Amino acid sequence: MMHWIILPVILPALVAPFIVLAARYHVGIQRVFSVAGVLALIAIAAGLAWQASDGTITLYQLGDWAAPFGIVLVADRLSTMMVLLTALLALMVLLYAIGSDWDTRGRHFHALFQFQLMGIMGAFLTGDLFNLFVFFEVLLIASYGLMIHSGGNTRLRAGVQYVLFNLIGSTLFLFALGSIYAETGTLNMADLAQRVTAIDPAETVGIRVAAVLLLLVFAIKAALVPLHFWLPSSYAEAPAPVAALFAIMTKVGAYAIIRVYTMVFPPDLEVTAGLQSTWLLPVALISLALGAVGVLAVRKLDRLVTFSVIGSMGMVMVTISLFTPESTAAALYYIVHSTLAAASLFLIVDMVKSGRADLYLTPMPAIGGAVVVSALFFVSAIAMTGLPPLSGFLGKLLVLEASFPTNAMAWVFAVVLISSLVNVVGFSRAGSILFWKAKAVERPAEEETPTPPATLSCVAVGGLISLLVVHTVFAGPIHSYMTATSQQLYAPEPYISTVIETPGKLSKPKEGDH
Amino acid sequence: MELLVASAIGVLTAAGLYLVFRMRTFPVILGISLLTYAVNIFLFASGRLTIGAPPILQKGVEGITYTDPLPQALVLTAIVISFGMTAVVVMIALGAYLGGDDDTVNDAPKDDAARQEDAT
Repeated sequence: MMHWIILPVILPALVAPFIVLAARYHVGIQRVFSVAGVLALIAIAAGLAWQASDGTITLYQLGDWAAPFGIVLVADRLSTMMVLLTALLALMVLLYAIGSDWDTRGRHFHALFQFQLMGIMGAFLTGDLFNLFVFFEVLLIASYGLMIHSGGNTRLRAGVQYVLFNLIGSTLFLFALGSIYAETGTLNMADLAQRVTAIDPAETVGIRVAAVLLLLVFAIKAALVPLHFWLPSSYAEAPAPVAALFAIMTKVGAYAIIRVYTMVFPPDLEVTAGLQSTWLLPVALISLALGAVGVLAVRKLDRLVTFSVIGSMGMVMVTISLFTPESTAAALYYIVHSTLAAASLFLIVDMVKSGRADLYLTPMPAIGGAVVVSALFFVSAIAMTGLPPLSGFLGKLLVLEASFPTNAMAWVFAVVLISSLVNVVGFSRAGSILFWKAKAVERPAEEETPTPPATLSCVAVGGLISLLVVHTVFAGPIHSYMTATSQQLYAPEPYISTVIETPGKLSKPKEGDH
Repeated sequence: MELLVASAIGVLTAAGLYLVFRMRTFPVILGISLLTYAVNIFLFASGRLTIGAPPILQKGVEGITYTDPLPQALVLTAIVISFGMTAVVVMIALGAYLGGDDDTVNDAPKDDAARQEDAT
């Protein structure tokens, strides 16, 4: 059996305690091990993605126990792609944290960072719903620590909100898992996908409640309206590198929705018919609109970026909720784009913050290194709002194209196009006030000129932006890969048979057993 | 017994939700603890209620009653996780309360005041 699949989980899980125990007082050693760990993670993730790229589904049975009794990790196109995206994002975020000295403003940044990676990787790779819950908790408990990294009253306050909201979400997750287990007697996703088809369509109350509860949990993670209230203040108050890493956490919710609602509760499943088309699409459209309204309404740059994250999650969910192979391919393309764009915006917000008294959208003396920072902001804002030539534009085109043959076409076109316009207005207003009008404001003589951001920080943001450029330039091959991924999702039979039929310890009964 | 377990889950959930909606950290944490108790019982009951039976399938005996062992394992995991999470949230909430001298769970009022000042 191939042991590579579990390495993205094991590696951070080993690096983190090593950093805590052995390199506790040496930030240099912590940095070296953290970066080395993430680089190794990228190599492993690339290897796994390469292996899955021809459509192979690789299974890892923990302790060699066969599914559905043992826990399985499954690497298919979707999960390996998300793992690779996480690893690349983690490298850039880590470089920024080192360059801007965020990791020295509190204890245990690198250890918590590794634990967070472990949770995210596990959530993407697992093939078991309860195991997904456990990995959610791993990534959450690490994120609680990261969220309040370096302290401060406002940050602690936002942290309390964030933790409490997520605790309620976890409780809801357990209720959902309990009802699923009570209805079907299994929590393995592949096994579940087989068993829900056997449920009598006349007695669907329990499984419907379970499916809706599960959707609610994932919607909390994905910050869908009306479950988005935790996002703006916690992302705005979190340390910048942490907020940038959190850009992948909303995508964990989106990933879980794609995974569960294409395989376990697919749109054509009779017992949960109507769940996706009736509920998910309107809510996603409202999220998209509310994100745009928020971008225009807020008076602080960090809140502006958080609302643009809500808007882009709305965009992802609009595309997911159409549930056709084309729309899921578009959603996957947009997920990669919006993760990178949101992360680079959060990092740029931090660069702006370090040169100004606050982040309110008022003209103030120019920040240090204003030319570089404003150029980075310009490019990232173009990406986020979906203007040509970057991948946001292509993503939106794909979304619109995917929605064209569906009934919801008019709604999707209207909301996507209007919200894009509003986003452009919001971002250009913010950018021109922060960077353009700054020239007109004289710096008081007694203030010293602020230092420009460190080169490594700029390299990290530049790295994210160049990934966006790569995502744009190779849009053709990437999109055909995403199409292959979504075809794999809509034909889950190989996945299910790989998980169920691979023999493990329990499948070979000894003589005399029955 | 079904009635007892079901009403216990219901009452705990209702009380927990009421406390969560109080929007002060201490009641909210208590409420979340009640919710986790409710969900633990719920998880336990999701494997059906069986009394006085071992959680073991026995060889060669058909139709024997047994308790489903999986929910017990799930509950154990859930208890451990919720215990750890409660400890974390108590620490963070204490820090926020001692730092800000305020235990309401919402955006910092200072932020609003600054915003109004800014608007005028």
